Amino acid sequence: MAKRSIEPLLWLLFSAGGVVAALLVPILALLLGVAFPLGWLAAPSYEHLLGVLRHPLTRVVLFVFCMLSLFHGAHRFRYTLYDGLQIKHLNEVINVLCYGGAIAGSVWAAYVLFRLT
Amino acid sequence: MNEHPAYTPYHPRWLRSRPSTYWWLKRRAYLAFITRELSSIFIAWFIVYLLLLIRAVSQSDASYRQFLAWSRHPLVLLLNVVTLFFVVFHAVTWFNLAPKAMVVRMGGKRVPASLISASNYLAWAGATALVLWLLLGG
Repeated sequence: MAKRSIEPLLWLLFSAGGVVAALLVPILALLLGVAFPLGWLAAPSYEHLLGVLRHPLTRVVLFVFCMLSLFHGAHRFRYTLYDGLQIKHLNEVINVLCYGGAIAGSVWAAYVLFRLT
Repeated sequence: MNEHPAYTPYHPRWLRSRPSTYWWLKRRAYLAFITRELSSIFIAWFIVYLLLLIRAVSQSDASYRQFLAWSRHPLVLLLNVVTLFFVVFHAVTWFNLAPKAMVVRMGGKRVPASLISASNYLAWAGATALVLWLLLGG
């Protein structure tokens, strides 16, 4: 019997993450990373953000978004290292660092999002 | 190749030269490829940045203000401007690729690529509008 590979699951996470990242990261990065810090737009008040984040739906959506985006990034970065730097022989170290990072990031996201009351 | 090659314990050696580590600088298409691939780092960075913001908001008003001050630091700002470039590049290349990755058939006919691209861009506009409304409106 052929050994079951985890690879299809990783590709699934990669493409799901690619979609959510493409949909949400550009506008979030524009607002939170550039427009608010530069003062192009007034940053939302603390109460407003807390209100948005308190809604359970926001938190669930943000968690799924963070988790999928991290796995998307990890998977793509793994192949960037394979192809770009031609260091496929280090694949075990790379896999642990990439997916380990994505798992650690997801756990942190869950902690940050669901601790909030 | 022989259909039934003789068994050999040695892996055959092919005559292949190893491409230069900087092979991706040689052509525009290769550079676009590596730019798209490197967007992965910036997506990961942005998620970290977003979670730092959420953590600050979950703590107190003062830590939120502290985060806002930190986000105005020139180095953080520079990193976020570069991030914006890479993530927009990711989004555009991703949506343009979608019709090649998704073959949708309706009534036995393949849905034209332009329609799939258009629906992806429409979804992008919708998601963008939703974020704008959540962060700026209300």
